[in-house]
Amino acid sequence: MTKTAVKQRKSFAQVFCLTPYSVWAVLFIVVPLIFVAYYALTDNSYHFTLDNLTRFFTATSQVGDTEVRTYLVIFMRSLRLAVISTIICFLMGYPIAYIIARAPAKTQSILITLIMIPMWMNFLIRTYAWMTILQDTGILNGFLGMLHLGKVHIIGTETAVIIGMVYDYFPYMILPIYSVMAKLDVRLLEAAKDLGCNSFGVLRRVIFPLSLPGVISGINMVLVPSISTFYISQKLGNGKFYLIGDAIEGQYVANNLHFAAAIALILMVILLVCMAFLQRMANKHSAV
Amino acid sequence: MKTASKIYTALIMIFLFAPIAILLVFSFNASKSLSVFSGFSLNWYKELFKDTETLRSVRNTLILALSASAISTVLGTAAAVGMDKLRNRVYHAFLDTVTNIPMINPDIITGISLMLMFVFVGRLFGAATSLNFTTMLIAHITFCLPYVILQVLPKLKQMDRSLPEAAMDLGCTPLRAFFKATLPEIMPGIITGMLMAFTLSLDDFVISYFTTGNSFQTLPIRIYNMTKKTVTPKMYALATIIFFVILTLLLISNTIDTDSFRSSGEDRKARKNKKNEEAKKA
Amino acid sequence: MKKILSLALILTMALSMALLAGCGKTATQTLNVYNWGEYISDGSDDSLDTIKAFESWYEQTYKKKVKVNYSTFASNEDMYAKLSSGAVSYDVIIPSDYMIARLAEENMLLPLNFDNIPNYKYINESFRGLYYDPDNVYSVPYTYNMVGIIYNANAVDEEDVGGWDLMWNEKYAGNILQFNNSRDAFATAQYKLGLDVNSEDRATWDQALAELKIQAPMVKSYVMDEIYNMLESGEAAIGAYYAGDYFTMLDAQAENVDLQFYYPEPTNYFVDAMCIPSCCQSKELAEIFINYMLSEEPAIANAEYTYYASPNSIVYNNEGYLEDLGEETIGILYPDIEAFKENYNIYAYRNMSNEQLDYLNTLWESLKIN
Repeated sequence: MTKTAVKQRKSFAQVFCLTPYSVWAVLFIVVPLIFVAYYALTDNSYHFTLDNLTRFFTATSQVGDTEVRTYLVIFMRSLRLAVISTIICFLMGYPIAYIIARAPAKTQSILITLIMIPMWMNFLIRTYAWMTILQDTGILNGFLGMLHLGKVHIIGTETAVIIGMVYDYFPYMILPIYSVMAKLDVRLLEAAKDLGCNSFGVLRRVIFPLSLPGVISGINMVLVPSISTFYISQKLGNGKFYLIGDAIEGQYVANNLHFAAAIALILMVILLVCMAFLQRMANKHSAV
Repeated sequence: MKTASKIYTALIMIFLFAPIAILLVFSFNASKSLSVFSGFSLNWYKELFKDTETLRSVRNTLILALSASAISTVLGTAAAVGMDKLRNRVYHAFLDTVTNIPMINPDIITGISLMLMFVFVGRLFGAATSLNFTTMLIAHITFCLPYVILQVLPKLKQMDRSLPEAAMDLGCTPLRAFFKATLPEIMPGIITGMLMAFTLSLDDFVISYFTTGNSFQTLPIRIYNMTKKTVTPKMYALATIIFFVILTLLLISNTIDTDSFRSSGEDRKARKNKKNEEAKKA
Repeated sequence: MKKILSLALILTMALSMALLAGCGKTATQTLNVYNWGEYISDGSDDSLDTIKAFESWYEQTYKKKVKVNYSTFASNEDMYAKLSSGAVSYDVIIPSDYMIARLAEENMLLPLNFDNIPNYKYINESFRGLYYDPDNVYSVPYTYNMVGIIYNANAVDEEDVGGWDLMWNEKYAGNILQFNNSRDAFATAQYKLGLDVNSEDRATWDQALAELKIQAPMVKSYVMDEIYNMLESGEAAIGAYYAGDYFTMLDAQAENVDLQFYYPEPTNYFVDAMCIPSCCQSKELAEIFINYMLSEEPAIANAEYTYYASPNSIVYNNEGYLEDLGEETIGILYPDIEAFKENYNIYAYRNMSNEQLDYLNTLWESLKIN
């Protein structure tokens, strides 16, 4: 077989491999986004308009004596809760990912499977179970009462929503960090120790920078779903406040598809910018 | 340190499994309540097996998750192999971007965007029903694909490239070389990707909610639609059964498959590659 | 581990594919039914599995197979969103009155051929010619009900009970449940203030919003199905919901909870009815299904399962049914069937204009951002 023949075969193979995915990506990822933009930029009779977009930024409502911008308030609340949940997920998940990555191979596979199991139960049902736990008359308060520790009021607060988000998206933080850490070279850590780093120094200077790609994709996988959820806030927030996901769903149900698309478009652009920024920061950091 | 990490692991597991324990307990509740336990009963299990619509939705969910994960695994692996060898930078950047979009996009947007498109196309062709099993499957494959690709791609990068070339030198066709040399090397990535795709598809509610049609309802949608009436412990019984099926699978695989991961050898190779790469960077 | 798991996955897949292939073989007719979640007798507690029963009854009667695709929705608005997008076709839908009016107005319903629905004769006169279908063209009533207030007698003083004021009583701040759907929530305030729930005048809606904002700090939770657990467990003491559902809660209340029920004046009346949307693919079959739903066995089974009142005379005259539910239950569910029409025409929800609905949604959002 000549070299050129091999090369031709190779490029044929490449076309064969890439074409289906490329076609798929254009048809089902790119084109649908064009539809979102199209709906966002048109009114009910499909004429061009910017009203949907401006409505997001200008609509106001009365809270107490002050007038606030409805959707900006809703968006900021979603962002705040999502960021807090992501930070908690990270703080809780990073150590566990580290512990698992250092465990013997067999223990590793068991622990990772254990972490994935709750995701196989339906998430609506899991959220329901959290209601039973967090209610004022629920399991947690029953437990505290038994220990004579008084009562806590969680259900219906932002805390409850955060707990729900952390619980539901926690595994998405652990998995990517774990898979990066499992590949870290142990000798690198030992070398750092030999060079006089204490444990914290090793963590800060060696492990953390190397695990950064995993952290970034973990943050991505937790932040994105928690900013857009509309079920957790309804159930654990006692329906007391809207998140941006509730607003989109509310508009969809109210048959305002065009405005729903506009909110979705704005949310998407903001998230794209955020993630690009994070990615750039990470690249800079790991280059150092 | 060792005990500290053990305690921490235990605490995390308690956090993860506390709600599952609640499900388990209340699935044996004699009454219909999900928060007042009024006595032990197996009634809800009996009810579950009589509820044809719920069982059908379980079957639908499984069919969807299995087909979506299988197809996205094949398609995604092929894409990863192609992207790995791709030298055209513009094309590469394009593929990188579109792969990231479903991951950065909230599922509510993926759902709405696909629905808008399906409905438009359906109307174009004058179809009475433009949402059905196929559209749901397409939607699920679409959001599963990036996870497969992102699991397989790093494995290809870590792989020793001389392996498939050596195979070809020894007379293998490229296709044979791929199956004999490349595939075994990237298998762990493929399997993780497939498991992830399966899990995501199984648990998805939002995208299904927007793309579901009239003849194929999955479990999450069925549960969501109970919001005027109450969710019964029947659903908890179902979750409990799923839990024990997985647990049994886990136990069986751990007793039979003692050398579960062949990962030690794997990892060594990966480390070597990593070091090479770093040496190159430096 | 992963090997085994993935092997299991592949095996199950092959199996389910085979199953799927097996299903599509025979040329059976299909009927797509779209109903509220948990709104049909499904075989639990040894009741009738309505869908299955229809399939076998049809096969026996017509010597042809029929396959019912039964799917559910969470709210009228959800159903409308799916239906109006033109995305999906259904043969039978069961929305509420005001939604039927909207669908009829938008030409999204087909007139029924009542020759195929002889059992319509069982429908009580009070449920014919209601505003949403004045000429009895499009709909066959399935259930009707009213909104009432459910409270825990162990936590609420008897003297405070009565009217809508209980839901605004500061004494019970933190124990009150309000609807988590805009139309029903606003209606509680409108009934309390004596406003028209169908007003096209924005000022009256603003007034209702102000009332809801006064209530908001006292509200424990905005609920739909969550109300069951919250009232049953004593987590909350007061909530408005549909009368039939009160009995479902009674079955499951905790020992220290004593749930009671009353109708505030005025209150919401609603009818859910079976219709055939214009996207229907097999109209005659759909009519046969509707007719079947009115026949004795399924009608009684459904009434017992949902606990909602039935407009069907063979249900509410059936001795077994009356006995099963008991006198007290019947008393609450069927207050005064003769007065129904008059009250219904005043207090039921009507279809509102798009602008009004959009405005309602905006107000609802503003209630939810504090």
